[in-house]
Amino acid sequence: MILRIIPVREFILAAAIFLLLLLISTRHAAFISPSNLANVFNDTAPLMILALGQMVVILTRCIDLSVAANLALTGMVVAMLNVAVPGLPIPLIVMIAISLGAIMGAFNGILVWKLAIPPIVVTLGTMTIFRGIIFLISDGKWINAHEMSESFTAFPRAEIIGLPVLSWVAVVAVAVFGLMMSRTPLGRSIFAVGGNPHAAVYTGINVGKVQFLAFVLSGALAGLTGYLWVARYAVAYVDIAGGFELEVVAACVIGGISIAGGVGTVAGAVLGALFLGVVKNALPVVDISPFWQLAISGSAILIAVAFNARAGKTRGRIILKSAEHTS
Amino acid sequence: MAERTAPVVSMDAITKTFPGVRALDAVRLDLHAGEVTALVGENGAGKSTTVKILTGIYRPDGGTIRIDGEPVTFDSVNAASDAGITAIHQETVLFDELSVAENIFIGHAPRTPLGFIDRAEMQREAAKLLQSIGAPFDPRTRLKDLGIANRHLVAIARALSVDARVVIMDEPTAALSQKEITELYELIETLKSQGKAILFISHKFDEIFRIADRYTVFRDGAFVGDGRIDDINEDDLVRMMVGRSIDHIFPERNSTATEEVLQVTGYNHPTEFADINFKLKRGEILGFYGLVGAGRSEFMQSLIGITKPSKGVCKINGKIRVIRSPADAVSNGIVYVPEDRGKQGAIIGLPIFQNVTLPSISRTSRNGFLRLAEEFALAREYTSRLDLRAASLDQDVGNLSGGNQQKVVIAKWLATKPQVIILDEPTKGIDIGSKAAVHEFMAELAAEGLSVIMVSSEIPEVIGMSDRAIVMRDGRIVAELEDDDLTPETLVRHAAGISTEPQLERA
Amino acid sequence: MTDTAAQPRHIPDRLHGSLHRTLRSWEALLLLVAVAIFILNSFASPYFLNAWNLSDATFNFTEKAMIAFAMALLIISGEIDLSVASTIALTSTAMGLALQYGAGTPELVVVGLTVGLLCGAFNAVFVTILGLPSIVVTIGTMSLFRGISYIILGDGAFRGYPDSFSWFGQGYVWWVITVEMVLFAIIAIIYGILLHKTNFGRAVYAIGNNSTGALFSGIRVQRVKFMLFLLTGLMSGVAAICLTSRLGSTRPSIAQGMELEVVTMVVLGGVNILGGSGSIPGVVIAAFVMGLVTFGLGLLNVPGIVMSIFIGLLLIGVIAIPRIVAMIANKRSRP
Repeated sequence: MILRIIPVREFILAAAIFLLLLLISTRHAAFISPSNLANVFNDTAPLMILALGQMVVILTRCIDLSVAANLALTGMVVAMLNVAVPGLPIPLIVMIAISLGAIMGAFNGILVWKLAIPPIVVTLGTMTIFRGIIFLISDGKWINAHEMSESFTAFPRAEIIGLPVLSWVAVVAVAVFGLMMSRTPLGRSIFAVGGNPHAAVYTGINVGKVQFLAFVLSGALAGLTGYLWVARYAVAYVDIAGGFELEVVAACVIGGISIAGGVGTVAGAVLGALFLGVVKNALPVVDISPFWQLAISGSAILIAVAFNARAGKTRGRIILKSAEHTS
Repeated sequence: MAERTAPVVSMDAITKTFPGVRALDAVRLDLHAGEVTALVGENGAGKSTTVKILTGIYRPDGGTIRIDGEPVTFDSVNAASDAGITAIHQETVLFDELSVAENIFIGHAPRTPLGFIDRAEMQREAAKLLQSIGAPFDPRTRLKDLGIANRHLVAIARALSVDARVVIMDEPTAALSQKEITELYELIETLKSQGKAILFISHKFDEIFRIADRYTVFRDGAFVGDGRIDDINEDDLVRMMVGRSIDHIFPERNSTATEEVLQVTGYNHPTEFADINFKLKRGEILGFYGLVGAGRSEFMQSLIGITKPSKGVCKINGKIRVIRSPADAVSNGIVYVPEDRGKQGAIIGLPIFQNVTLPSISRTSRNGFLRLAEEFALAREYTSRLDLRAASLDQDVGNLSGGNQQKVVIAKWLATKPQVIILDEPTKGIDIGSKAAVHEFMAELAAEGLSVIMVSSEIPEVIGMSDRAIVMRDGRIVAELEDDDLTPETLVRHAAGISTEPQLERA
Repeated sequence: MTDTAAQPRHIPDRLHGSLHRTLRSWEALLLLVAVAIFILNSFASPYFLNAWNLSDATFNFTEKAMIAFAMALLIISGEIDLSVASTIALTSTAMGLALQYGAGTPELVVVGLTVGLLCGAFNAVFVTILGLPSIVVTIGTMSLFRGISYIILGDGAFRGYPDSFSWFGQGYVWWVITVEMVLFAIIAIIYGILLHKTNFGRAVYAIGNNSTGALFSGIRVQRVKFMLFLLTGLMSGVAAICLTSRLGSTRPSIAQGMELEVVTMVVLGGVNILGGSGSIPGVVIAAFVMGLVTFGLGLLNVPGIVMSIFIGLLLIGVIAIPRIVAMIANKRSRP
């Protein structure tokens, strides 16, 4: 039963992370102290949240390269809102961030669904458009900590039972997505669309609509992360989270989510993000220049994709009776 | 023809047109409660289109569908299943990554009061359904861990999971073993006794006469006739289906082949085929018969270097040749016209002339540079030999009908001037006119000294065209038949693995 | 079947003349856009129609376009290479290292081309021999190649390239004609011939439309794809030489984000991102369109980041608008 919940692939990745932690602890024992691990988790939370959205999109055979730009634009908008109306309650700001992100996701989704434009083209385009819009609305200026209200920046750092809100948001997002993917018709449709779009049509699933919803979900999470990011670092400018979309895709790939769609788990996306997070946080601790990080995550992507392709190699049709072992 | 009971579903004057093709032309079809209606017709007769209209995948351009006499329109797949129509499709429409229970209930899973999928309930229901059809596996199994026959049972369970009044079975026995087919028959009897109306689509006549109560015949998208199965015999049904008696389709030919061109010894593959040995003579047509999934295509593809055999020797004109890729095969004079025309045969998106010259490009070009005039000349030479009908040679091959696409693919291979041509199901899914043309052309090629291997699942074609026939079953050659031994009965018996005692049902 | 009966037995080679086909092509539409932008620009700014200004403006597309030509072939074949900008970074870093060991201009060029080729080969091995999806592989190598540059350089830089080396990115062949323009033209012609006039180009189209069908037709699919990755790597090497020469220094962040501009240029040029169709003339015109937009907006003091909105809109618009028009036309014709 345990093997059913955590499939082999995720188990190996979890073991790899565990080994990595052990290895680091030999050089620097404090790294695996609970408080430091909590820090690492908190630091990885944005990546984890975005990886969940990206996972859903990739499962439906699409890709969303606009998440980082979406994050930056939403972050800028809520920061400007906060400057303009400092009294705006935080729940309202969170709502606005999620809605704004979802609208941008919907824009991607509608182009993919109704106009059948390849997702990579759509999100490549919206990625540059969103970034450009940030510049237009901000005039290229930064919004700094002193301009933001106290409550605005305090929210993601506020601690509840020892963990900051940012971490809790990631935990809740993981739980919600876990439930959604395994227990709701939408979740199952997402797997069906990616696994066999042709067959999905036969079972009454609207493939384009499911892809649209996947983009909306991804956008909503990007919007949410946008607020958390800007509030946590207490700064908003055009280039925040530049290139982060690739890190998000990398987390998914390392987590075993197949770019061909239909294969992947919430656990995989989370572990993929955690792997990158641990590496990133460990480098300075073990005296490796942080400049190694990019090359390490690149190698991790290559190793993960090669490994997963090997594991998931489709078996040919077994015709010979003598060669038939199972079924 | 008088009907005793009022039909559950009746399709009347249903018409469906696709760009360039009238798939259905005012056809009618009635399905009755507690009875099996066989829909009979050749490939391209409009059977699959009918299924897709009944299940809400296509919308008809004209005509009415009635359920219990009330006109209905299905504007979605869900509307059709809500009306109690369910189908077991020809293609496996299942999801590898989902569990068996999820496959059965996707789209209509039981929910908890909160709106989540009620997994326990779903698994209970699935287990019940699986038990009722005698499926021996757990509903929690991932689909990808099941074999073909068990997947089929999942498809059947899925069809039964909606409270269906009408069950459509589109070639349900194509991938099943004899034992599984018998079990399927029992299942159909159960469904009948529950009062369900069944639409049964099959190419196998013995099945139709065994299981059906009624028949309806389509030909080229038009209604030809219907009636009770007891009132018709096999010959008449065939005549209705093809519009003429099958004996006249095949060209007369006599082969005096002697010289050996191809000799295959000891071809083996770890999972797909074993111990393949045969010889092919110049100017001979060698038929390869077997049920779907007997390993014929797999072997042919290893012969041209797509998959690699683990052992085996291939001699061409007495010399050993190692073929590692289709490119090697072409340069050794062996070419393969695949069964899957859309995926492996034609390059949809390229114009006709470029399709034809693709493997011969080194002949029409100079030093690696294209020469269009030569390309058009070569394409014209072979397409006109095959009597291709097209608007221009620059037209996208995807805009041609199935039959004309097949002509382009055959022209492509003939243009390489091969010694051996392998035709895998050469007339599958093409119209009768093109079929006869392909047959005549095959005979012509053999007469000119080309050796032909014809993989076919159509018994009349194997008997009508082959000088000699090899039967494969479960990846092995089980018989080599010629002259008087080459009869429908021997083919079927060897292919199905039935004992050699004659079963004179088909007379 | 409509095409079986009632048609003449003689099938013409082509239904329409070449003029007809040219006028209806994507390239014609794109050319119209380019001309319109050119005219708009010349009205918008008095500085636009100045030979030296125009010459300067070509720098913002020549290097990208060199890669775009090779990328066009790769995308037509159904693959993609997102690592090109990182290949530039690694190649430039390698040249910088060679410089430290006293390499002169010829050696620098050899190092640049070789490292570019090696990067292409590295991608090719993963895609064609291990059979992995190119989009994932090149996202990986995108991090890896630039990551190696960062390991070598950190936040430092290589400077002090020899004067003769600056010829590639700063030199003029005659009057306002830059070395890069000439290189751009030569590479465009070579790739135009390769794609449209050779057997290799035909194989690229066949693979992009149906790689299984191409394999069954005796085309050595993996070998062709391997070559295409090599070519893309080589072109990144050439672009790296030009860019390094023009900037006169190497930082690991060199050419950051360029891969997306290259892909945009290719798609804008009418190459189907899903493979199978596209042309080199289309990419040439797209290069000019992007160059003109950037230059024109630059003259109007529009910052670069805002220009990217135009590029993004252009990318989506050129694909979306014809589809929207077709959808409306369809609805009209079917009441």
